[in-house]
Amino acid sequence: MDLKIKNIHLFDPLNGIDEVGTLQIEKGKVAKDSKSSAKQEIDGKGLYLFPGFVDVHSHFREPGAEDAETIETGSKAAVKGGYTTVCVMPNTEPPIDNEGVARYIKEKSEKVGLCRVFPIGAVTKGREGKELSEMAHLFEVGCVAFSDDGNCIMDSSLMRNALEYSKLFKVPIIDHPEDTNLSKKGQMHEGAVSTSLGFKGIPDVSESTIVARDILLSEFTQGRLHLAHISTATSVELIKDWKRDNITSEVTPHHLLLCDEEIRNFDSNKKMKPPLRTRYDVEVLQKAIKEGLIEIVATDHAPHPDYKKELDFEEAAFGVTGLETSFAALYTDLVKPGKITLGKLIEVLSSTPSRVFNLPLGELREGATADFTIMDLKSSREVNPEDFASKSKNSPFLGRKFEGIVRYTIVNGKIIYSNGDFINTGR
Amino acid sequence: MDPNRKDLLGIQDLSKDEIEEILKTAESMEEILKRPIKIAPTLRGITVANLFLEPSTRTLNSFVLAEKRLSADTINISASSSSVLKGETLLDTAKNIEAMEVDMIVVRHSAPGTPHFLADRLKASIINAGDGCHEHPTQALLDLMTIKKKFSTFKNLQVAVIGDIKHSRVSRSLFSGLNKMGAKVTVCAPPTLLPLWLEPFEVDFQYSLEKTLPGKNILYILRIQKERQEESFFPSLREYVKNYALTYEKLEKFASPDVVIMHPGPINRGIEIESRIADSKYSLILDQVTSGVAVRMSILYLLSKRKLDGLKN
Repeated sequence: MDLKIKNIHLFDPLNGIDEVGTLQIEKGKVAKDSKSSAKQEIDGKGLYLFPGFVDVHSHFREPGAEDAETIETGSKAAVKGGYTTVCVMPNTEPPIDNEGVARYIKEKSEKVGLCRVFPIGAVTKGREGKELSEMAHLFEVGCVAFSDDGNCIMDSSLMRNALEYSKLFKVPIIDHPEDTNLSKKGQMHEGAVSTSLGFKGIPDVSESTIVARDILLSEFTQGRLHLAHISTATSVELIKDWKRDNITSEVTPHHLLLCDEEIRNFDSNKKMKPPLRTRYDVEVLQKAIKEGLIEIVATDHAPHPDYKKELDFEEAAFGVTGLETSFAALYTDLVKPGKITLGKLIEVLSSTPSRVFNLPLGELREGATADFTIMDLKSSREVNPEDFASKSKNSPFLGRKFEGIVRYTIVNGKIIYSNGDFINTGR
Repeated sequence: MDPNRKDLLGIQDLSKDEIEEILKTAESMEEILKRPIKIAPTLRGITVANLFLEPSTRTLNSFVLAEKRLSADTINISASSSSVLKGETLLDTAKNIEAMEVDMIVVRHSAPGTPHFLADRLKASIINAGDGCHEHPTQALLDLMTIKKKFSTFKNLQVAVIGDIKHSRVSRSLFSGLNKMGAKVTVCAPPTLLPLWLEPFEVDFQYSLEKTLPGKNILYILRIQKERQEESFFPSLREYVKNYALTYEKLEKFASPDVVIMHPGPINRGIEIESRIADSKYSLILDQVTSGVAVRMSILYLLSKRKLDGLKN
């Protein structure tokens, strides 16, 4: 036996596990309960053990913008937040539109030896929305989905072809729903707050028109569609009306918890795309998670160095970090007040994203891959810029106090994070 | 004025009492302007930087004059002369100005919230001289002063604001000021130049100019920027003029005979306003400019009181 975790609250909603007991790990898998002694033991008294979180939307900025984040610092941020798997978006420089970059990311992340990192390949060459990238080649070297990330695929015919062609691999096409003609020069959600602040708005219809188009195209092609960071009530209505097996969607922790009122003091750490919407949208998104209309919470972890954020609101870059605060923020603001259950939270952070992205992860049953996070739900701490493992500090939750601290993160049966220390296992 | 107030960022965060104090002080400042030797030593030793990163003639000159009338030392930094063109950030530019022991910075910038951004990070007092489409508080205050001089009260005054409401910082500050003082505002514009959300402004709206004019005490005309046509907010200037230009004919036909016309300038003669109206008995446009210097003197004085009182102690 390699590792034994005793007296721990095992929690896996997918397999109906919710009990205090012992978990044993051998050769990277959950092993049968046995009396034999283990090489390493953790006493998990008072702690919870969850299947490791899986983020399907992160930006590690390497290669290209290593002053914001690297595969190493991004991986550290991930495991500190309880994530054992991260899918990284292709808006690197060069973008992940060829096997070389995809391989580089895989190899680098293995050298870093913390969480699993899967590249998401670009749908089009250079993410320019003109010609399809070599998707089969990208799939072969380990891309788990395709997306042009921040660039919405505005050409509907190209989007149709992408949805059809990706049926070869049964992986999702992730679209960033934003009609860029409608959102042009927009800085924040268009509504009462943008009107009173005098900002050009990003209307919610710039998202929902593309959501509607993408849904209709996936219905027509029967391709796999995954809608990134849903932010508006209208999008949720469309998703509800067109619920199909080949359509999934995600929402970020910040869109679930914050609204456009937060921008009244021009805080550039509240600036991202899609923008924070209204209080009503936030309520509808929370309900959509509760009811399973939106299946996944993804962070859209978008690190930026201070010189791109410590600017006036209009000059500041779009994007906020999320990996290190995601669980604690959602646990504190949604689970504790009873808006969603703990089971639902683990589902949307772990088992469902695993299933949607065809990853055999996110479970605690015997024989399952031993990727876990061990959480102290009784302790809390303030979100402090000095504490981040990420290279960047642009969190929308600075100063908030959240409950839930990750004590250990385990990947493939090995402890890679233990109470603040990172342990490179060099897979 | 709140003795702890460091900055003047917008009308939205001023109280009614503060507005009244600014207007009252402006009246005594106006007396200085009428003296044969138009200068007072009030701000001797105070240094003011005018950081204008968007073109302006009227507002900049009005501030410079106000500063000089009160004996402040001034420097002017414009977009073309500043290091912003060389890639320096706004904050670095402002910090450099502050490092030269400048007490107050008057900021004009094309992006909303820039004065607030600087105010949070600098010790110097920041005065907003216009931030994007957000606020232009000194314009609204000079408008209020002009109205007060003409009508003595704001109570139950009916004001129509006509033109590009959507992109107007002047209107955002003005609505807030007029509401606080008890006047009633109606806005008039084609739907594309009105925000879809008008609730924050607490105003009535009307698409038709003919229906807007009757019963108003003040017609406040906004400047139409020609770029708005290129962005298809209206089909042509000709069509805008047909429906929304204030002409003498419409004025005499629909408005009350004692109505007054205001405009923040610079005016486009023949576009939003027929040329001869600007020069007519109805017009308060040049009175607004005169009030501008007095109001800015008042603001400079009230904000520097904190510092001046500190020096005395």
